[in-house]
Amino acid sequence: MSKRLKNILTPIIALLLGIIVGTIIMIVTGYNPLDAYAALWEGALGNPYYLGETIRQITPYILAGLAVAFAFRVGLFNIGVEGQFLVGWLASVWVGLAFHLPKFIHLPLAIISAMVAGALWAFIPGLLKARFRVHEVIVTIMMNYIALYVCNYVIQNVLTNGKERTGNVPDSASLASPWLQSLTQNSRLHWGIVIAIICCFIMWFLLEKTTRGFELRAVGFNQDAAHYAGMSVNKNIILSMVISGIFAGLAGAMEGLGTFGYIAMKSSFTGVGFNGIAVALLGGNTALGVFFAACLFGALEVGALNMPLAAGVPNELVDIIIALIVFFVAASYIIRVFLERISKKEAK
Amino acid sequence: MEYVIEMLNIRKEFGNFVANDNITLQVRKGEIHALLGENGAGKSTLMNVLFGLYQPEQGEIRVNGKPVKISNPNIANDLGIGMVHQHFMLVEKFTVTENIILGREITSGGRINLKKAEQAVREISERYGLAVDPQAKISDISVGMQQRVEILKTLYRGAEILIFDEPTAVLTPQEIEELMQILKTLIQEGKSIILITHKLREIMEVADRCTVIRKGKGIGTVNVSETNPNELASLMVGREVVFKTEKRKADPKQPVLEVKDLVVKDSRGVTAVNGLNLTIRSGEIVGIAGVDGNGQSEFIEAITGLRKATSGSIKVNGKELTGLTPRKITESGVGHIPQDRHKHGLVLNYPIGENMVLQTYYKKPFSKNGILNFKEIYSKAKKLIAEYDVRTPSEYTLARALSGGNQQKAIIGREVDRDPDLLIAAQPTRGLDVGAIEFIHKRLIEQRDRGKAVLLVSFELDEIMNVSDRIAVIYEGKIVAIVDPKETNEQELGLLMAGSSRKEAGEETHV
Ligand SMILES: Nc1ncnc2c1ncn2[C@@H]1O[C@H](COP(=O)(O)OP(=O)(O)O)[C@@H](O)[C@H]1O
Ligand SMILES: [Mg+2]
Repeated sequence: MSKRLKNILTPIIALLLGIIVGTIIMIVTGYNPLDAYAALWEGALGNPYYLGETIRQITPYILAGLAVAFAFRVGLFNIGVEGQFLVGWLASVWVGLAFHLPKFIHLPLAIISAMVAGALWAFIPGLLKARFRVHEVIVTIMMNYIALYVCNYVIQNVLTNGKERTGNVPDSASLASPWLQSLTQNSRLHWGIVIAIICCFIMWFLLEKTTRGFELRAVGFNQDAAHYAGMSVNKNIILSMVISGIFAGLAGAMEGLGTFGYIAMKSSFTGVGFNGIAVALLGGNTALGVFFAACLFGALEVGALNMPLAAGVPNELVDIIIALIVFFVAASYIIRVFLERISKKEAK
Repeated sequence: MEYVIEMLNIRKEFGNFVANDNITLQVRKGEIHALLGENGAGKSTLMNVLFGLYQPEQGEIRVNGKPVKISNPNIANDLGIGMVHQHFMLVEKFTVTENIILGREITSGGRINLKKAEQAVREISERYGLAVDPQAKISDISVGMQQRVEILKTLYRGAEILIFDEPTAVLTPQEIEELMQILKTLIQEGKSIILITHKLREIMEVADRCTVIRKGKGIGTVNVSETNPNELASLMVGREVVFKTEKRKADPKQPVLEVKDLVVKDSRGVTAVNGLNLTIRSGEIVGIAGVDGNGQSEFIEAITGLRKATSGSIKVNGKELTGLTPRKITESGVGHIPQDRHKHGLVLNYPIGENMVLQTYYKKPFSKNGILNFKEIYSKAKKLIAEYDVRTPSEYTLARALSGGNQQKAIIGREVDRDPDLLIAAQPTRGLDVGAIEFIHKRLIEQRDRGKAVLLVSFELDEIMNVSDRIAVIYEGKIVAIVDPKETNEQELGLLMAGSSRKEAGEETHV
C-alpha cells in the first residue's frame, strides 16, 4: 500500500467509523438510522436549494481550513483563526458600509480590508513568537476573545447607535449574485466559492512551487537546518502567521459580504475557526485535502438541518456524529497502524 | 560444525531497491561473528530481517538447524535472539530494573515484585561482569551504562544469540575497551554474538570470523586470525584502501580566515571562547585538536553566524563577518560541514535532491522570479549524487531514508561544490566507515590543493594528525599551541589538550 493511498484512506475510514458509531447511537436511542442518513443526504444535496446552501457553507470552511493548514505546515498551531475570521468579517462590513464607490473598486477594497484585518490579527502572535518565543497557542486564544468583544463593541458603538446588528452592505460591496441565487431556488449561494477555490490553488502553489514556500516548509520541518541554510526563521514564522490570517480574514469576508451582508453582535464564537482546525486535520494540511474536508463538513452541517424535519432526529445527534468523525480523524494514528498491518500481510 | 544461526540467500527489497541481494550468513555456536560493510551496505537491514522487523522476499532462516519463520520480534525473542539497537529503547524516567522487566514483569498477586526482579537483574549483571546498579534511574547513568542495560534486557529475556548494531559508535574509547571485555565474557558463558561494525580494529581484537557485505551483496566470510585490516578494508570497499592519506606538502599563501581576540558565550551564558586568535591561509588545512567542550562548537558557530560573538573580530578574505547573518556569511565564501548532520545539515523530510540546494535554492537557475525550477534542482542533485557517490535509491528519496554515511557524503558534496574559500569541517567522519573516511579526507585535501583554506575540527587524533598541515590545540576557549603534525605525537597533543604548557609537554614526551 503506498503512502499516498494510506493518506487518502485514513480520513475515509474515519468518516465511515463516525457513521457506523452514529448508526449504533441512533439505534440505541430509538431513531431509524436509514431515514436519518437519507434525510442528511437529501438535506445536503437533494435539491438545488440545498446544494446551494451546502456550497455556501463550504466556502468559509475551505478558507478557515487553509488558514490552519498553512500555519501548521510552517510548524505553528494557529488556534486564532476564529478571531482573525471575526475581525475580517467586521472589516469587510465596515468598509462595505462606509464608502460609496463603483463595484469594481468597492468590492475588492472590502475584501482586501478583511484580508488586512485578519493579517494584522495574526501578525501579533507571529511577532510575539518570533521575537520573544511566546507560544502562539496561548496568544491566539487570547486574541480570539479580544476579537469577539472588540467586534461587539464596534458594532454597537461605532457602526450603529446601540443596535445589535449593522445594516446590509450595498450592492457595490456584495458578493451576492442574483444569478447564482436563481439557479439554486433562492439559496444564499454567492461568488465567494470562486475565491475559496482560487485560494486552495494559491496555497498549493505558494508552498510547493515557490522559493518562499521552500523556506516556509523547511522552517516547519527543521528550524535549525533552516537557520543554518541562511533562511530567516523569524521572518518566515511571522510571514506564515500573516498569510494564515489573510485566509482567515477572507473567510470572514465570505460571511460579511456574501452569506449575511451584515455583522451582528455575538454572544459566543461562531465555530467556523475551530471547525477550520478539524478541516485542516481531516485534509492532512494540504490544499486539496482541505478542499474535500471542507466539502464534507459543509455538507454535514447543512444536511443536518433537514434531519429533525425529515426524520425526527435531533440536531444534537448530528453534532455528535460530526464530533465522532473528528475524533476518529484525530485518532487516525490508530487507523494508520491498522492499515500498515494490512499492507504488511499483503506483502507476505 | 554446528551453526546457531543460518541466514541463507536472503533477499530484501525496498520498492525496487535491493538492500540485501542473496546474502548468506552462518554463525557458529560460541563465536563472535563480525558483520562488516560500508554505510548503507545493508547490515542493519539484514539484522532487522533476522530480528523479525522486516520480512525477506526470499531466503531461509534456520535457528539451531531448524527452518523458522520470524514474522515479528516476539518470535525472535522466543527463539533466543536478542538485539542491542544503535539507538537505545529505554524509558528515561524508569530505573534499570523497571526497564529490563518492562513487558516481562514478575508479579505476585497482581503486583509487580520489584525485589525479586532486582535480585534477578543483579544476578545476571554479576554473572556477565556488567556492573549495573539495578536501582539507578536511566536518566542518571552514562551512555555506556545504558548500553549495558540494553544487553541485560536481552539476557533477561533469555537471549542466546545477541546482535549488536554498531555498538561502539556512541561510546568513549574507555567504554569501548570495557564493552570488548563484556563481549568476551558473554562468549565464555556460552552465548553467540553477531557484531556489526566498520571499525576494523575492533574486529581484529574480538571477532572469530567476519562476513563482509558490499552494496547489498555477500562478499564472503573470513577467519579473523587469517586476515589483516588491509584485506578486510579492501574486501569491504572493493578496492585498495590507503589508511595514511597521501598528500603533497602544503603551499600556504595569503590569509583567508583571521580571528582576533574572539569571545563567544555558550547557550547558558558562560564564556566558551575566550580570546581566541587564529589565522588560516589559503592552501592549508588547520586542525583543531581539543577535548570536547573547550569551545570548539561555539567557535564554529560564531564563524558561521549561528551564534553571536560577544567581542573580537572574524575576517574572511579581509571582510568582517561578526554580526552578519548566516546567509551573508555563506555568500562571503564560507562552507560548513556541520557537526550534527540531522540537526543542522539536512531537512530530513525533504528529498535528498532538494537538500542539495539548501543554501542556493534562491539563486539562478534554481529559482527564477520567486518560482523554483525543480528540473534544474534535480539535475544538479543527480550530478552531485553521482560525483560524491551518495548511495540512494533516487534523488527523490527523503534524506531521512539514507544511511548516515550517505547523508554525510551528500552534505560534503553540497558544501564543496559551492566552492567556498573557507571550508569548515566539524567532525566530518564521525560514525563513518574507512572507505567513506578516506573519500572525505581526499576531498578536504583536494580543496586545500585548489588553494582553499580548510578548518578541521575533530576529536579523533588520528584524523587530526593525518589530515592537518598545522594543528591548533584549543583549551578553555583559547588556542594554546600550534604544532606541526610531523613533529608531534599523540602524547604531546594529549598533554597540550589537557592544559599543559608547550614547554612542559615537550619535556615530558621528548626525553
Ligand atoms: N525502510 C527503508 N526504506 C527504503 N530504503 C531503506 C530502508 N531501510 C534501509 N534502506 C536503504 O537500504 C540500504 C541499506 O541500509 P542499511 O541496512 O541501514 O545499511 P547499513 O549497512 O549502514 O546498516 C541503504 O541504502 C538505505 O538507504
Ligand atoms: Mg546500520
